[in-house]
Amino acid sequence: MTTETTPAPAPAPAPPEEHDVAGDLRGAWTDYWDRVRGGDVGALPAVLGLVALVIVFSVMRASTFLTTFNFADLINQSAAVIVIAMGLVFVLLLGEIDLSVGYAAGTSAAILAVTLTQHHWPWPLALVASLIVGAAIGIVIGLLVARLRIPSFVVTLAFFLGLQGVQLLIIGDGGTIGIGDPTLLAIMNDNLSVVLGWTLFLVVVAAYGALTFRRIATRRKAGLPAEPVTVWAAKLIALAVVLGITTFMLNQERSRHPNISSIKGIPVVVPVILVLLVGLTFLLGRTALGRHIYAVGGNAEAARRAGIDVAGVRIFCFILCSTLAAVAGVLIASRDNSVSPSTGGSLTTLSAVAAAVIGGTSLFGGRGLVRDAVLGGLVLAVINNALPLITSQSGITFIVTALVLLFAASVDAISRRRAASSGRV
Amino acid sequence: MFAEPVAPAPSAAPPTTALLSLRGVNKSFGAVHVLHDVDLDVYPGEVTALVGDNGAGKSTLIKGVAGISAFDSGEIIYEGQPVTVHDPKQASGLGIEVVYQDLALCDNLDVVHNMYLGREQKKGVVLDEGAMELRARETLAGLSVRTLTSVRQLVASLSGGQRQTVAIARAVLWNSKLVILDEPTAALGVAQTEQVLNLVRRLADSGLGVVLISHNMNDVFQVADRIACLYLGRMAAQVRRDEVTHSQVVELITAGRSGSRGVGGAPGDTDSMTPIAQGEPA
Repeated sequence: MTTETTPAPAPAPAPPEEHDVAGDLRGAWTDYWDRVRGGDVGALPAVLGLVALVIVFSVMRASTFLTTFNFADLINQSAAVIVIAMGLVFVLLLGEIDLSVGYAAGTSAAILAVTLTQHHWPWPLALVASLIVGAAIGIVIGLLVARLRIPSFVVTLAFFLGLQGVQLLIIGDGGTIGIGDPTLLAIMNDNLSVVLGWTLFLVVVAAYGALTFRRIATRRKAGLPAEPVTVWAAKLIALAVVLGITTFMLNQERSRHPNISSIKGIPVVVPVILVLLVGLTFLLGRTALGRHIYAVGGNAEAARRAGIDVAGVRIFCFILCSTLAAVAGVLIASRDNSVSPSTGGSLTTLSAVAAAVIGGTSLFGGRGLVRDAVLGGLVLAVINNALPLITSQSGITFIVTALVLLFAASVDAISRRRAASSGRV
Repeated sequence: MFAEPVAPAPSAAPPTTALLSLRGVNKSFGAVHVLHDVDLDVYPGEVTALVGDNGAGKSTLIKGVAGISAFDSGEIIYEGQPVTVHDPKQASGLGIEVVYQDLALCDNLDVVHNMYLGREQKKGVVLDEGAMELRARETLAGLSVRTLTSVRQLVASLSGGQRQTVAIARAVLWNSKLVILDEPTAALGVAQTEQVLNLVRRLADSGLGVVLISHNMNDVFQVADRIACLYLGRMAAQVRRDEVTHSQVVELITAGRSGSRGVGGAPGDTDSMTPIAQGEPA
């Protein structure tokens, strides 16, 4: 390139302080695209699927699907499945499965309803009792799987049947137990005020920006390669735009009769899910326990030889999964205003497994994130919510859901194969 | 650091005290008596090659030292003290690290995560990724490893030699004193074998005790200072490398004896060779 006769010296490589904005972004994009082509698709299929579904349904039924009322309803519909799927991500990461989550949610909800309505316990006590029941279910499943080494499929299938019976016995002959406690009902039926909603938005965006920036700064200081600031800014802006639009839409009036009763604001369940998302993501990504969960899912024997308590990690994941199912049980009870023998039944378990897989968590273990549960849960909710607006035949909804799940599992299997050939997992 | 690795550096003074001594070690799996009263000495700054045919008990021997499956009887003397090793954590606490044949690495984690697996550095409850990454880089640089492009690569994307390098680097990361390598070159090509053997020699030259399990006589004669030969669960001989020839070692491996050395005792004493058959593992 450069010779003795070149009049101008060859351009020196830019010092790292000066940022070539377009170059940084292009570099980040190339890196990302290489990862996707190499089989590390991450959240891409779920995000693309979500966007595509929303566009298709909006075009077909703009008048009903795109209403703000429907948007808020979508979140409430998906909340319980998302929370169960968050727990399932931990179990799927191990390469295990938990088929009992639906009835773990139902049984915990039944305990909540009985203690609250029939024994008149104060709501915090009833809530703790139902969560303890969830954790206890997880301990038993975990011990059977991790210590006796019974395949989790069989153990949790037995719990799927058994807990159904336990739930029936707890609820008794009455059939349905109503929940009247205003605090518990508020979770799924009330909204944050407009001001509080925007405050939440600002706190989330500022916290994300500050934490990710601090990470870049500390890595720079330690002399380690770090993400360019331009890429950081682009991600932050994208997050702010998406969350800003969401907050704005949820803060619109969605009551049909605003004069009589006003309905607007972010549903109370959103901050609940947000706290779980942030807390569990921290646990999985930033703590030694989280690292050990990935290690056990990736190569259990390697984990054992590295001195990791493999059985302990397995038991922990099953406890966490069943406890989160109990949280979801409380959400279902709050949404339905009651608990019945069918609470947590029918499609709850399978929807949650589908949500985790659609979101991008691998069924083969070792790969997955907590946010997968949120993305997958939203995809399912969009389908379940929009298809009845288009066709009155509920058979179509089942078939479309099945196709989406098969698609997600295919993406998982194909990306795994590509990963094996390109050396990524 | 850059000593020619082809021939082992002649140790200035032969080390007098062994780093690790096994005395009268026995191990059975059910009715199969795999190890019979095995003695072994490993010296710091030396590569001790542990050779033997399939089923001779090499892997069982190191699994006992590593705490994967404890010996039934016998003594482990480490740094002059009798010790017990019942789980991998105890072994690493003593400074004993094992690099396994089947590479105990997690494909879904990157190089740094694998090197620190089970012993993550933390700031409070949070993983200290920066410190771990820096120290992993230093360790790899200290071993003159230049074959890795990034320590944030997933292990799945590495070649066999690179994986072996990561596994060995993990073993020395912990200021370990004894590194045991189980067939580190078994699945490698010529150039990668050379890299790994160089690394093995550098470990010993930096003062560690190294046990190298190998089937490959070329590897053994290239890097070992001492050769310990197992024959059907018994220690046939433990000799300095320069005291034996290639073919004598092969004899020890295949017949359990060579000249005056071996499980049979003096040559001609055919009766003493018979106990071998009864202990043959399946």
